[in-house]
Amino acid sequence: MEKRVVFHNRFLPYLLVAPQIAITVIFFFWPASQAVVQSVLREDAFGTSSYFVGMENFAALFEDDYYLNSFKITALFSTLVTTLGLGISLVLAVTADRLIRGATIYKTLLIWPYAVAPAVAGALWGFVFLPGPGVFAWLLAQMGVDWNFHLNGGQAMFVVVVAATWKQISYNFLFFLAGLQAIPKSLIEAAAIDGAKPFRRFWTIILPMLSPTLFFLIVVNVVYAFFETFGVIHSLTRGGPAKSTEILVYKVWYDGFEAQDLGGSAAQSVILMAIVIGLTVIQFRYIERKVHY
Amino acid sequence: MKSTGKLARLALALLAGTAVAVTGLTAQAQENRIEIQWWHAMTGALNERVNEIVAGFNKGQDKYKLVAVNKGSYPETLTAAMAAFRAGKGPHIVQVFEVGTGTMMASRAAIKPVYQLMQENGYKFDPGSYISAVTGYYSTSDGKMLSFPFNSSTPVMYYNKDAFQKAGLDPNKPPKTWQEFEPMLKKLKASGSTCPFQSNWQTWVQLENFSALHNVPFSTKANGFDGFDTELKFNSPLHVRHITNLANWMKEGLMVYGGRKNEANAKFVSGECAIHMESSAGYATFARGAKFKWGISMLPYYSDVQGAPQNSIIGGASLWVLGKHKAEDYKGVAQFFDYLASTENQVWWHKNTGYLPITPMSYEATKQQGFYAANPGTDTSVQQMMLKTPTPNSKGLRLGNFVQIRDVMDEELEAVWSGKKSPKEALDAAVERGNRLLRQFERDTKRS
Repeated sequence: MEKRVVFHNRFLPYLLVAPQIAITVIFFFWPASQAVVQSVLREDAFGTSSYFVGMENFAALFEDDYYLNSFKITALFSTLVTTLGLGISLVLAVTADRLIRGATIYKTLLIWPYAVAPAVAGALWGFVFLPGPGVFAWLLAQMGVDWNFHLNGGQAMFVVVVAATWKQISYNFLFFLAGLQAIPKSLIEAAAIDGAKPFRRFWTIILPMLSPTLFFLIVVNVVYAFFETFGVIHSLTRGGPAKSTEILVYKVWYDGFEAQDLGGSAAQSVILMAIVIGLTVIQFRYIERKVHY
Repeated sequence: MKSTGKLARLALALLAGTAVAVTGLTAQAQENRIEIQWWHAMTGALNERVNEIVAGFNKGQDKYKLVAVNKGSYPETLTAAMAAFRAGKGPHIVQVFEVGTGTMMASRAAIKPVYQLMQENGYKFDPGSYISAVTGYYSTSDGKMLSFPFNSSTPVMYYNKDAFQKAGLDPNKPPKTWQEFEPMLKKLKASGSTCPFQSNWQTWVQLENFSALHNVPFSTKANGFDGFDTELKFNSPLHVRHITNLANWMKEGLMVYGGRKNEANAKFVSGECAIHMESSAGYATFARGAKFKWGISMLPYYSDVQGAPQNSIIGGASLWVLGKHKAEDYKGVAQFFDYLASTENQVWWHKNTGYLPITPMSYEATKQQGFYAANPGTDTSVQQMMLKTPTPNSKGLRLGNFVQIRDVMDEELEAVWSGKKSPKEALDAAVERGNRLLRQFERDTKRS
């Protein structure tokens, strides 16, 4: 049953959505259109002159091995952050949901990291993993591992994935917990009476009931891994060593703000925009079908 | 065509707007002086020194009010100035690091060359009265100064005398050549040192200054001074030989890699590293922090290379004057530069920061005051700069997209240190990738 609100004034509904529309236009459509314009121009750093160059900025990007490499890095990074982040927080949420004593303390502690800014999270993990004095680095050194994530690309990836995932677990945990608590206890109890073991109950009842939350979190986490991990990467590795943690959005920033190559940077953001639009379409068309609301 | 960058312009206008609004209000409330904005990237103690300079200038005259604003790191300062300029709110003076020189030179429409500024405002400008190894970096090939050298330093070698003693080495005889280096490093290691040698700023010290000291080109066309159609040359057999040595030392634990910038200073101050290469401006940090006897000496060279040692080149930053300001504002800027170049101020700056003086007169004055005698080693940097008359290979570097080229060199060197590439492969790759960036810059400048 659809609920319909009837407005008696013809203009009122438009007036009510106007602020949202205005914000979307000013902060999304307009900058996005500027990026598209800038991506076909070359401009000097001070903006005293600019020239139309057609597809040159895009062509240059695809000749650059490091740009293509950045795609692979982004794919690996976002897959790891999303799956690890969702997996760990689901386990935590299921466990916390069954808690009877001290549940509030556990929940508070688990939600805490969400209040930490990405750059601070990066700095924090930077201390933990700092080659030499870092706690974790010291432990690894005791085990005989040659630990230096400033030189070793694989280790650098490990560090940024840990920091980025840790930061997102709280958020996922909150939503999973809310989703779990919305599942009627009677369903689970009925299954238990029928003899279903905990894992079976989770797989056939809880997970399907949780699928709208899961789907929502997948979308949010992919977007998070693509864009909001900038602070973590910037404070931990600056995309290095040898560009092994340079995800697409970091390269956009680097080329635009460090290297003053505005045309190339704009071209990359246009491509990035296309990727995200594509991903969102795929998610809604194919994955959403499997979601039970 | 001039309709782009609106987004950037808006963002910067917002940024610059707040700064201008705040400072503008206070200035008006006080007096009717003409305000001159100076954006810089000096932090900590150096920021205090800058404020002292500004206070001194403002006290000495009543026509202008110089306002110094810290804008973060070097790249952040440059980006902020560019954005503000686009919004029509650019500062009068902006401090730009040496690698930004090519970019600034190419932006002719946005800058006002310093020699022109001085001439227009009636100041005599004689390039001969400056230390050419310093000012040359920021001058045209016929000696016209484009930006005002502010904080210039050159890399030198610091060494822990106590560690030398412990290893049975003469603490007053640091290695002069790279050939002497290896046996000394081995002795240091044998005496228990976990970090016999490390170098900050590896690209600046081990490739750029290395080329200048050995009088070999870093790139063609006089290291870019004679045109943006320059090509990188730092993959010569001599360069490969040097990087190979460093890589071997790292494998044997004779050298330790401590990062791209000056993160590793802490390991020298703590006494962990015995030999440390760092900018002459690192002096203040070590003088304050090191609890052991240490010395300063010149960078080593390969004695079998003809002409070595030539002279080292500078790093640091210079002050650029942005265009589109009023003539009366420029008068104040010129007056400030004149103030800054005075022997008295140069000596003060040199003594308090470890940065190089820009006139031979201030060097002499510092010497006469007995500063070098009281602080042995502080004149090493000046002497190393003035070893010989600079050649086209040792005047400096003028490359477009140099910020990225430095990053490329760092990446490729790190690939060597981690054993992923051989020195030859890495240097070849760095040259090839760097040349691509140079060509892109050349195309961009030709169009404008």
